[in-house]
Amino acid sequence: MTVTRAPAETLSVLDRPNSYIGKTVPRPNLDRLLQGRGQYVSDLELPRMAHVVFLRSPYAHARIVAIDADAARRMSGVIAIVTGCELEGVIAPWVGVLSHLKGLKSAPQHAIAVDRACWQGEAVAAIVATSRAAAEDAMEHVAVEYEELEAVTDMRTALDPATPVIHAALGDNLAFERILDAGDVDHALSDSEVVEAEFVFGRHTGVTLEPRAVVADWNAAEARLTIYQGTQAPHMVQNIAALHLGLREAQVRVVCKDVGGSFGIKVHIYADEMATYALSKLLRRPIKFVADRVESFNTDIHARDHRCRGRIGVRPDGTITAFEIDDLTGIGPYSMYPRTSAIEANQVVNLVGGPYATANYRARARVVFQNKNVMCQYRAVGHPIACSVTEGLVDLAAAKIGMDPVEIRRRNLIGDDAYPCASPSGMKFEQLSHHASLAKLLQMMDYDALRAQQAGLRARNIHRGIGIASFIEVTNPSAAFYGVGGAKISSQDGVAVRLDAQGSVICQTSITEQGQGSESLTAQIVGSVLGVSMDRVRVILGDTDNTPYGGGTWASRGAGIGGEAALQAAKALRQNILDVAAAILQSTPAGLDIVNDSIVNVDDGGTPRIELSELARIVYFRPDTLPPGVQPELMATRHFVPRQFPFAFTNGVQASWLEVDIETGFVTLLKHWVVEDCGTIINPQLVDEQIRGGVVQGLGAALFEKCIYDERGQLTNANMADYLVPMSGEMPDIEVGHVVSPAQESELGAKGAGEAGTAGAAAAVANAVNDALRPLGATITEIPLTPQVILTALGRI
Amino acid sequence: MKAAAFAYARATSVVNALELLAAHGDKAKILSGGQSLMPAMNLRLISPDILVDIGGLAELRGITVSAGVLIVGALTRHVDLLKSPEIALHAPLLRNAVTHVAHPAIRNRGTIGGSLAHADPASELPACVVALDAMIVVRGSSGERRIGATEFFKGIYETALSPDELLVAIEMPVAGKSSTFFFQEYARRHGDYAVVGLAARAVVAAGRFTDLRLGFFAVGDRPLLAAAAGRLINASVTSALLSEAATALADELDPQEDQQATAAMRRHLATVLLRRCVAALLARPELEAGVTK
Ligand SMILES: Cc1cc2nc3c(=O)[nH]c(=O)nc-3n(C[C@H](O)[C@H](O)[C@H](O)COP(=O)(O)OP(=O)(O)OC[C@H]3O[C@@H](n4cnc5c(N)ncnc54)[C@H](O)[C@@H]3O)c2cc1C
Repeated sequence: MTVTRAPAETLSVLDRPNSYIGKTVPRPNLDRLLQGRGQYVSDLELPRMAHVVFLRSPYAHARIVAIDADAARRMSGVIAIVTGCELEGVIAPWVGVLSHLKGLKSAPQHAIAVDRACWQGEAVAAIVATSRAAAEDAMEHVAVEYEELEAVTDMRTALDPATPVIHAALGDNLAFERILDAGDVDHALSDSEVVEAEFVFGRHTGVTLEPRAVVADWNAAEARLTIYQGTQAPHMVQNIAALHLGLREAQVRVVCKDVGGSFGIKVHIYADEMATYALSKLLRRPIKFVADRVESFNTDIHARDHRCRGRIGVRPDGTITAFEIDDLTGIGPYSMYPRTSAIEANQVVNLVGGPYATANYRARARVVFQNKNVMCQYRAVGHPIACSVTEGLVDLAAAKIGMDPVEIRRRNLIGDDAYPCASPSGMKFEQLSHHASLAKLLQMMDYDALRAQQAGLRARNIHRGIGIASFIEVTNPSAAFYGVGGAKISSQDGVAVRLDAQGSVICQTSITEQGQGSESLTAQIVGSVLGVSMDRVRVILGDTDNTPYGGGTWASRGAGIGGEAALQAAKALRQNILDVAAAILQSTPAGLDIVNDSIVNVDDGGTPRIELSELARIVYFRPDTLPPGVQPELMATRHFVPRQFPFAFTNGVQASWLEVDIETGFVTLLKHWVVEDCGTIINPQLVDEQIRGGVVQGLGAALFEKCIYDERGQLTNANMADYLVPMSGEMPDIEVGHVVSPAQESELGAKGAGEAGTAGAAAAVANAVNDALRPLGATITEIPLTPQVILTALGRI
Repeated sequence: MKAAAFAYARATSVVNALELLAAHGDKAKILSGGQSLMPAMNLRLISPDILVDIGGLAELRGITVSAGVLIVGALTRHVDLLKSPEIALHAPLLRNAVTHVAHPAIRNRGTIGGSLAHADPASELPACVVALDAMIVVRGSSGERRIGATEFFKGIYETALSPDELLVAIEMPVAGKSSTFFFQEYARRHGDYAVVGLAARAVVAAGRFTDLRLGFFAVGDRPLLAAAAGRLINASVTSALLSEAATALADELDPQEDQQATAAMRRHLATVLLRRCVAALLARPELEAGVTK
């Protein structure tokens, strides 16, 4: 590990004796999950609970002429069949826009389509029955008469005058456009070599192990709705459900226990989930919806699907003079609610060129409507596109001037001593470490030896490639992300910590757990700061009735924001405990500390004075023995939100080593390296596994994953056999290294690590494939890099 | 994704299974490992009225050798093919092929009978039985018949089986000492159905093929025993002859286009496989190098 900042003079609250910070400790929730005692919504059963399935439009675009459900209603087990018109009175439609994304427009979206279905998979009726199987049986007997309408499917022609406008009231199919012009691009390009390429990105999706699942339970007696849902943001769900059902937030409780993966898929509000809340209210009983795999492919948000034309200017000495992009993306018929579908394109504009010192940058991004499933934020929003375009262009520029890809990066990456600084798109960087990261990467991969090996194999007709990709990552977003645009999505988080009567600690946090280790990192921080062993710390999360108010876990924010709140709350509780201890022991708080669950003396080498359990016993049961005027507060709550920087940017660099079989077009991934800088590392294993998991999703995008639509807007591979998720057999070893530049704004110093792997993996692979193919005269700027794509580029077929 | 309601009968004997099939006709489906049938039912692609579960029939299990013939019971699971010493000795091609069939959990349940009866053209085992010149033994109410593997496969998911017949065993000649085998497939991910694959059996003497059976799969609506192999038998294989055979092979194929590959790509990959196969079987790597255009 390389640390870019000298250690502080005095021990910080994190460097205390027996600190868990920076240590790989097992996750507290592992036994529970491994013994099958997880509480997933998919498994939840409530008394009188009914199941809903949604009859979904088989057409990409169709008018709903008539729905005949009479026969289905009479079938056994059927409780109700509800159409969009009927549900409209229960739950109000929504429009997915944010005011800070100027000009973003969308049309009102209903929980169940009313009059018109706008993508293949949009719900047109809900069938509620005593079991999912009975509901599916009945669904086959609901007759819907459709009038098929022309579908808008090709983003490239979506804005043509001849193309039908999906929502007439909007005037055109343009959802959002952003233009940026920084420095003097024309001048910079005029005296440079200019390289240009069009980068094409497949549409893909998140494929969570547990599909989206919700149980909504309207209790008419209490006038209160309890929503059990696998979500990343319980308070956001509470706000939105209340808003559209005409309830106060206090009338909605959201409970989110274990979640079987989310990757951003479960940070949105889906129409079928809204319909489930509304059905519970309408039918006054618990209703369960669990998306099946086909529904997941057709309705879980999709992402990427960009076509981005890019240009780069380079001088013979390797100086990059300018970047220019023109990005186009199609988002489906509606901007997703409430985070909107303009964020990914907006991020692309924000991030292209980001690691480099180049001041000249021009960008245009256009976001258009189509009759396909909705697109929105998925792990590493916009980053893989920005990184692939930037790093693809940098490699093309290097090839153009005959420079090594590492050398051109060395000459252009922002210097590690240049911070704080800002990018041409206005992104503020507190402290990044591109050069330290690159140096570490080259050492880990033994770059020169690898190049020599590559050359040797080339002579034997074996074509291997090395690809490098530097990246920056947006983490720890402040209110600048959503709040300023009017969304009720909190950017702050809160943690409450209390000492119980036997000296154990209960900690309630507003961040959530979907497998990344939020419970673990919270317990590690609280245990370390308090001086309490981790097995005495119990973390409660995912319940709007029982945790502080906060944003949840998304945008790589859990550790950096929720972790800092935990640190501050634990510090406050520690002070309160020491105040009481000083009173009991006739000492001073400054003369005491907590180590190993006991109050100890500071100055005599840590002599134990009194166990925390004894202190708690006195406080809770014998307060009469405390000196007069002492009122112990063995519970403390703190909140945290970043204020100085809109985002805590992190950085890193990845490398891929692979072999291309030039006869078959198949790519074998041989090795992958990542060096990243997420600031303070709380748990190295959790960070490394976040990086590896992220890399695997990036490799999926690079080689395998793609939602394949036909020209009529039909998703043709909505199943696990045809939609290729990356599997372990194809994955290379992924080696992870770290450089540590702690965030200055928080005491914890942690930035996010959840998306770094995904941000740069595809770019590294694409660059490696092109590196392998370069002597054969082929360049490919399209992912996934399928055998078909590669053989075509090689002219083999 | 729940199957429509269906009735279920657990057959007590082959005779009982045949009676159930006779009684229900094409409304019944045989259940072996369920690894193809159950997904199709859960997706409601098919909704049989009744499943006839033959899983308990010991008489359909087991691998035996008798009089130079290897007999594999229909209920032999993929994992058994992988572990059986008889298979390793007498039909190593099956063993090699099975490592490419799905994943361990599926191989623990899926059966060779189910795989052949299912007749997915991208499936490994059908091509193997074609290359191995196997006989498929089927039994119906009117008795038993043996169908040559090349006659058994009729199209996508179509075989010579009639709805009231049961596939009971596969018989193939044991591999002679002189036989060699080649198995390779191109699949996007390990365990996926192949984009194109080849199962081959050859007899090589003095650097020449005296026999060569090339069972291609995922190149048409059924496994294909390539006639182009004939050009390489009893001939001195040169780069030029191999090119001729490759051209003949490409002409012979009528591949489908799907999401993984166009017809042209499948033809191309089949010729790559042909060259790699011949180079490997003759132990002449230079023949493979000829692949580069
Ligand atoms: C994820 C996954 C990946 C897979 N990948 C591959 C792969 O790469 N290659 C491959 O070849 N297969 C693959 N399979 C399929 C697997 O090999 C199946 O086991 C096989 O195709 C069917 O065998 P089964 O015993 O499961 O048959 P079942 O599913 O029980 O039956 C299949 C069909 O055959 C009929 N049938 C079964 N037994 C008989 C019999 N004795 N007589 C007459 N009819 C019968 C059934 O009625 C049914 O129509 C995969 C399956 C899954 C789920």
